[in-house]
Amino acid sequence: MNNELIRLLAFLVGIIAFAALNAAYLVWVERKGAAHFQRRIGPKEVGPYGLLQPLADGVKLMTKQLLLPDGVDPILFKIAPIMLLVPAVMSFVTIPFGEHLAARDIDMGLLMIFAFASVNVLGLLIGAWGSANKYAVIAAARVISQNIAYEIPMLLTAIALVMATSTMNLNEIVSQQGGGIWHWNLIRLTFTASPLTPIAFLIFFTTMLAETNRAPFDMAEAESELVAGAFTEYAGMGFGVFFMGEYANIVIGAALTTVLFLGGWQSPLPFLPSSVLWFLIKMYAIIFTVVWIRWTYPRTQFYVLLNLSWKILIPISLANLIVTAGWLKVF
Amino acid sequence: MSVDVLDKSLETFVLNLGPQHPATHGVLRVKLTMDGEYIVHAEPVLGYIHRMHEKMGENRTWAQFMPNMGRLDYLGALSYNHGYALAVERAEGIEVPERAEYIRCITVELNRIASHLLWFGAFVLDLGGFTPLLYAFDDREQILDLLESVTGARLTFCYFRFGGVYNDIDDAFITGTREFIKRLRSRMPMYHDLVTKNIIMIKRLKDIGPISQEMCRRYGATGPVLRGSGVCFDVRKHEPYSVYPEFNFDIPVYHECDSMARYMVRMDEMEQSMRIIEQGLDKLPDGPVMAAKAPKIIKPAKGDTYCAVEAARGSFGIRLVSDGTNTPYRIKLRSPTFSNLSLFSEACQGMLLPDALALMGTLDLVIPEIDR
Repeated sequence: MNNELIRLLAFLVGIIAFAALNAAYLVWVERKGAAHFQRRIGPKEVGPYGLLQPLADGVKLMTKQLLLPDGVDPILFKIAPIMLLVPAVMSFVTIPFGEHLAARDIDMGLLMIFAFASVNVLGLLIGAWGSANKYAVIAAARVISQNIAYEIPMLLTAIALVMATSTMNLNEIVSQQGGGIWHWNLIRLTFTASPLTPIAFLIFFTTMLAETNRAPFDMAEAESELVAGAFTEYAGMGFGVFFMGEYANIVIGAALTTVLFLGGWQSPLPFLPSSVLWFLIKMYAIIFTVVWIRWTYPRTQFYVLLNLSWKILIPISLANLIVTAGWLKVF
Repeated sequence: MSVDVLDKSLETFVLNLGPQHPATHGVLRVKLTMDGEYIVHAEPVLGYIHRMHEKMGENRTWAQFMPNMGRLDYLGALSYNHGYALAVERAEGIEVPERAEYIRCITVELNRIASHLLWFGAFVLDLGGFTPLLYAFDDREQILDLLESVTGARLTFCYFRFGGVYNDIDDAFITGTREFIKRLRSRMPMYHDLVTKNIIMIKRLKDIGPISQEMCRRYGATGPVLRGSGVCFDVRKHEPYSVYPEFNFDIPVYHECDSMARYMVRMDEMEQSMRIIEQGLDKLPDGPVMAAKAPKIIKPAKGDTYCAVEAARGSFGIRLVSDGTNTPYRIKLRSPTFSNLSLFSEACQGMLLPDALALMGTLDLVIPEIDR
């Protein structure tokens, strides 16, 4: 029992460190990546290749005064960044980084992640409402309807996958994808999964972008329309925590995609050993793609975004669900 | 996608867009009355960068007013130089050497391309795509380097004089310009592949932000805004000035009246400007760049002069009233984006905020020129 407590504590510290470090260094990846997409150099002054830039940014944010603008609701205003960050960190608990590297191997892992993923929208809404700013409220209204619209296709594709794997335990889902790249859910060539999983993967990836408020669906910020969207009134570490929460959400999204479709910690070729390294490579490849998309595409309009979900993604994912169910029944 | 703006039962709120807002490119402020994300009424508020240029003109000599021309539309300053120089030359009756007029047209067209490139980048930035801005700036930088080598300035040019230009162009400028045109021609397909044909761009621009011919006529819109509404009017062609009649170029006109049409007009205009520059370099005559008989002190005879040129944003008109002294009695400027902005209020009624900002982007506003 005592051992279990120590193990859990160690994992929690590890998770928080991982989330914070990732958030900090994803900013660096984002800036450096953006710079190279735009034929610039990017951060280079602080440390080699600007590697200490996140540290400098962090210090800058922390030394700033926690500003409470006139007319804000102090409790909501202060609690909102935490409400965005905490669910993201909690979701890390069930992610199996390696075969035995999960803080908690919960049977309902997938459900837990979806449950927590829905909470962070609330954080944005509370922050926007609390900051009594029209731009923020417009952004929050957008984010809410966007998240409702995109949660449905995301869940539908996840349900189809759960039907095929018949488990919600993330480690179990990864275990089933062992034995090489052709066993991954992405392109599974066996009769236990439906032939539509590549489409399911695309839907899942798109909804993941929308759920994490990333371009081209970054309605929460929409800097050319809504100044800084829901974060308009935030400064200093209030903004910093929001930012960390956003990036932690991206990591969760990428990790979940890796677990569900890309075989988690399984190696792509049967003769190579499986390890946590594979997980990280796949996860960061997805994160890189997300950054790449961010700096390539303009932003969609809001109603186009909703149309895409309600008129295209939801019907397709429903069809995917039915086909998968039929497929599993027949074979 | 629209809302009935006359419906009295709407619950509206006022959204203050600017004067410091990422989409207004400067100190434009728009008071928006909104119903949710729909715009019920928009009221542009000006005056944040008013510098009394017209009044300034009355207090200095004719030549001293020339630098002011670079500070109206700082993105297409040479067109304004050109307009003022032509107006004063017309009033004073100064003959300009042919070589000088060719140099003027070449540099003005280079400046026009630079202005359109910056607009292209900034417009896509308005739509949330950051990267094209940096690519466009890369190309624009080449133009600024070229113009710097002859004019000595990179932004607020004051290059033209009454009777010519103050500095001749050299071989380095000519070869550099030819190389630049080759380079931009090779990059235009990339811009079209990455931006124009992008599905998100098409969704955001096609059939969005209609500005009818009739509305253009009512507000006196000119330039790409007018040509995107299907009216073929370009001062260079229809009220020719300088040596433009000697160039063979087309006027891009699109009849869709939407944001996409105005976008395409500007993209096509860059190609036409490149054609003018090439022909100008081919035909460039020898000779002086400054009229030998240009008077040192300008004192136009009593009377009125009007002169219009096609600037990057539309028709720029200048009316000079002289009382026969060495300072102007009155200078009245007609700047194109002032008219183009005034139609925004009517055009954006009932639109969604992001679409209205896309529409505002296609108007290509330069605030110091509206608010002079």
